[in-house]
Amino acid sequence: MDEFLLIMRHQDGSKIASPEQMQIWMKQTMDWIGGIAAQNKFVSGTGLPFDDARVVHSTRMVTDGPFGEIKETIGGFMTVKADSVEEAVEFAKGCPVLQGEGNTVEVRKVAKRDGVH
Amino acid sequence: MEQQQLIPHLFRTEYRKITAVLCRLFGIEHIEIAEDLASETFLSALETWTYKGIPGNPTAWLYTVAKNKASNYFHRHSTFTEHILSRLKYTSPATEEINIDLSDQNITDSQLQMLFAICSPVISPSAQTALALRILCGFGIDEIAAAFLTNKETINKRLQRAKEKLRIEKVAIEFPGAHQLAQRLETVLTTLYLLFNEGYYSASKDAVIRNELCLEAMRLTLLLVENESTNLPAVNALYALMCFQASRFEARKSESGELILYADQNETLWDYELISKGGYFLHRASTGNDLTKYHLEASIAYWHTIKTDTIEKWENILQLFNQLLQINYSPIAALNRTYALSRARSKAEAIKEAEKLVLPGNHFYFVLLGELYTGIDNAKAKANYEAALRLAKTQTDKQAIENKIEHLKGA
Repeated sequence: MDEFLLIMRHQDGSKIASPEQMQIWMKQTMDWIGGIAAQNKFVSGTGLPFDDARVVHSTRMVTDGPFGEIKETIGGFMTVKADSVEEAVEFAKGCPVLQGEGNTVEVRKVAKRDGVH
Repeated sequence: MEQQQLIPHLFRTEYRKITAVLCRLFGIEHIEIAEDLASETFLSALETWTYKGIPGNPTAWLYTVAKNKASNYFHRHSTFTEHILSRLKYTSPATEEINIDLSDQNITDSQLQMLFAICSPVISPSAQTALALRILCGFGIDEIAAAFLTNKETINKRLQRAKEKLRIEKVAIEFPGAHQLAQRLETVLTTLYLLFNEGYYSASKDAVIRNELCLEAMRLTLLLVENESTNLPAVNALYALMCFQASRFEARKSESGELILYADQNETLWDYELISKGGYFLHRASTGNDLTKYHLEASIAYWHTIKTDTIEKWENILQLFNQLLQINYSPIAALNRTYALSRARSKAEAIKEAEKLVLPGNHFYFVLLGELYTGIDNAKAKANYEAALRLAKTQTDKQAIENKIEHLKGA
């Protein structure tokens, strides 16, 4: 079984959601994760709050947040166990982030520390 | 109390104390000598009290005899004395008399230290629970065998191997240092949790032994709660969980000893004192940043002490299971989460989630599917219950499933 990282991308991180909306998303996210964990396929994961976000540029210049010239931002990530990328994709399809137009979930295989990858 | 009742009663409460104090004094490699001396003390009580009557203070009598037997043992076994006496913790060099301290404080300390020694990761969890029952709870071999649904020989062998392993690994009887405490405590809590569950979910017919297991697990957990350095949030959470579960002791067994399922329980039989005690300890557990599985399970158990079904109740239970599964997956938690989903949302949504679970050998999985399909597709419900019936092992489980199939016919 492989591990896959699901990276949740928001099209526009500067959009502010209402607390009520946040609460609904939170519940949906918990249900989504709970459903994966119930299959014993959840490894780890976390949400990424937008406060205290910085971008360090190649010039070592530091800017606030990833919201500026790049609108797209990462809202969270999760590692799951899956037999195939197809199974990992099925997990990703349930992600509530996808309710937002333009949002994406990127599915990436985690490199095994077996000296080959 | 008559002698016939007094000696077994004292055996249950005092044997473990004498054993713990002596074993801590001698070291884990002489655990059997400590057990033998404690047993001989009770044998003396049986012989002496039969002729001379029960002494005014039976416990003090036992302690005096235990001390004398331990002293005599030292004098009779010179090699033991030479090798051990020099290393004893409280020897006064002037007299070379050993000081066997049976004060309340030393008994508590010795039991706590023995708890840490027995719950050593060098032996398996099943060996830890068996040894804890023998040494820390004073259970007889036959009682342990009944609790684990096995025979005396198996238990004897398991105990022998465990003691041997503790001896070879030179496990120290001491309180772990501050830097080790958290890690060692985790093993201790796991063992106490298993001990409690062994009693709570055991298929053993013997209801008395089942309750005793739970009460002993609670007593040992309370020792940790009452000790300053182990009075930590996770310990309080575990104790709260045990209180909530234990509150249903009376309600969950019928007069004939059959298990009564939660939904069918008469809640006037619930022990509300234990429920409020659970609330108190759960509140005490709610500090710090460490959210353990005991916190989550205690919170789930709390919601189960509220019999009235509301969406809010099941929504809370669902979210707690969502969290629990992330830190501690178990098939039973996965099934309970799916059940909570059906109550908080809908059966249709829960069926979709249930079909994703792969638990082919688990009869509870098919019971859940039967439950979810009831009223939606009764033919499927029946087929699932029948699959559950084929997998169920105990008579209690089979009976419960047959009742459900019967119920389905009436619907």
